[in-house]
Amino acid sequence: MANLSVNIGSLRLNNPVLTASGTFGYGEEFAPFIDINRLGGYIIKGTTLNAREGNDYPRMVETPSGMLNAVGLQNKGVDYFIEHIYPRIQVYRSHLIVNVSGANIDDYAETARRLHALDRVSAIEVNISCPNVKEGGMAFGTTTQGAASVTRAVRSAYPDKPLIVKLSPNVTSIADIAKAVEAEGADSVSLINTIMGMSIDVERRRPHLSTITGGLSGPAVRPVAVRMVWQVAKAVKIPVIGLGGIMNGRDAIEFMLAGATAIEIGTANFIDPAVTMKVIDYMEDYCSRHGISDINEIIGCI
Amino acid sequence: MKQVKDFTIIENLHINDCYSRMTLTPADGAPMPEMKPGQFVQIAVEKPGVFLRRPISINDVDYSSNRLTLLIRKAGKATECLIGMEANQTLNILLPLGNGFSTDAPAGSRLLLIGGGVGVAPLLYLGKELKSKGFNPEFLLGARSAGDLLELEDFRAIGTVHICTEDGSEGIKGFVTAHPALNSPYFRLYCCGPAPMMKAIASIARDKAVDCEVSLENMMACGLGACLCCVEKTVKGNVCVCTEGPVFNIKSLTWN
Repeated sequence: MANLSVNIGSLRLNNPVLTASGTFGYGEEFAPFIDINRLGGYIIKGTTLNAREGNDYPRMVETPSGMLNAVGLQNKGVDYFIEHIYPRIQVYRSHLIVNVSGANIDDYAETARRLHALDRVSAIEVNISCPNVKEGGMAFGTTTQGAASVTRAVRSAYPDKPLIVKLSPNVTSIADIAKAVEAEGADSVSLINTIMGMSIDVERRRPHLSTITGGLSGPAVRPVAVRMVWQVAKAVKIPVIGLGGIMNGRDAIEFMLAGATAIEIGTANFIDPAVTMKVIDYMEDYCSRHGISDINEIIGCI
Repeated sequence: MKQVKDFTIIENLHINDCYSRMTLTPADGAPMPEMKPGQFVQIAVEKPGVFLRRPISINDVDYSSNRLTLLIRKAGKATECLIGMEANQTLNILLPLGNGFSTDAPAGSRLLLIGGGVGVAPLLYLGKELKSKGFNPEFLLGARSAGDLLELEDFRAIGTVHICTEDGSEGIKGFVTAHPALNSPYFRLYCCGPAPMMKAIASIARDKAVDCEVSLENMMACGLGACLCCVEKTVKGNVCVCTEGPVFNIKSLTWN
């Protein structure tokens, strides 16, 4: 059987399959359907310094080949996570990666600092790309200066452990943002977060979402995501994690060919809660069909 | 235990242009998981333009014949596709989801199950369960007109049925909230239907200090508590309807 293990900085994943933050809860929601220990790692819900109630309902609308969401980082805050959720999910052996968000740079850094003490948190993914919050979030991810300043602060609060920065596609040059966070010490970049979108109920003449705009995900965004992964992989030396509309193993391989060292499965979890296992199976089968002994051989071959 | 299973359609009975009653059994013949009244399923609909699963209430469960029944109303592309399906076709279903109605009450309690339109769906299974626990559940069913009253004979086989139609074509003319049956003393009201109807019933229940449970149908993606899209404001803050509901006691909601 081919080697599927890949490295994200010092983090060794048994296979390239991760789950995208906000689509996989805290992992345990999916325990009835999959063997969580078989995942390369699992990235859990965006965590902030203080609890957030998120946006008003309605927060979601189906769109052609995808969906718009405007959840708005609903979570109970990092201390609640450490006290109540972390002890529960430590039973999983797969790498636990916490997604971190904040309203300002100090919040990002403080949240990262509190997570740094947790042995079973293998890495953090810093979200500078959420389109659904008024303050922070995407605001930091749309300029090289903003992205660099968050990365610098988090890097110093979270030393010596893998730091991934999740990038927004809602920018002119995502490669420039990637280079900026690489220069500040990020170990990896993940992309893309959702693309800002909007949908209107024409009968009621009102937007479908309470926030008017939201983040588009699902296969509708995939060609944009593949293009951006390809551009970023050419621009930086750190490993790139690809995501955006991956529905199956074929799509995952597409991202790896474009330059992704690992991939995240997001919206597809909502439709098939066992999709992650099928993607790992597909990768094994793909390698054997193509006579590949190590999946690292195909990364970025385009 | 929640699971994803292929089901074979045994029968898809067209009640009229807008509704069908679909009976299914697991394709692999394995026994169905235990399901509670008020729980729901998420169906993958294989049709271009339909991306997410569709949540549908559990209408009835028969473990002895290993059959699940769903009541489907045409509301869009996906439900139209489901209504058009035929016996022997297969559907991929995620189930059972959500919490379900309370079925405990002091012996002899009077219980009223109130349904509007296709909202009657979960009340059939609930009525059967309550009947099997020794209660004599009563039903108050409302619809636009006589043709929209679903499964009346099945409800009548369980207990007394009070009827309202908006056009007066059957039962009392008007909304369920105006039906005199609501003046009787009940231990608990159960309600499933359009949101304005449930809010009106909740308001009556609050005034009379009667226990009341409602079943919400907020739009959802995953059905598993992961996407946080279907939230309802409660006294505990925003909670997922798919895992903390769909059935809520009105005391936990912030409707008043």
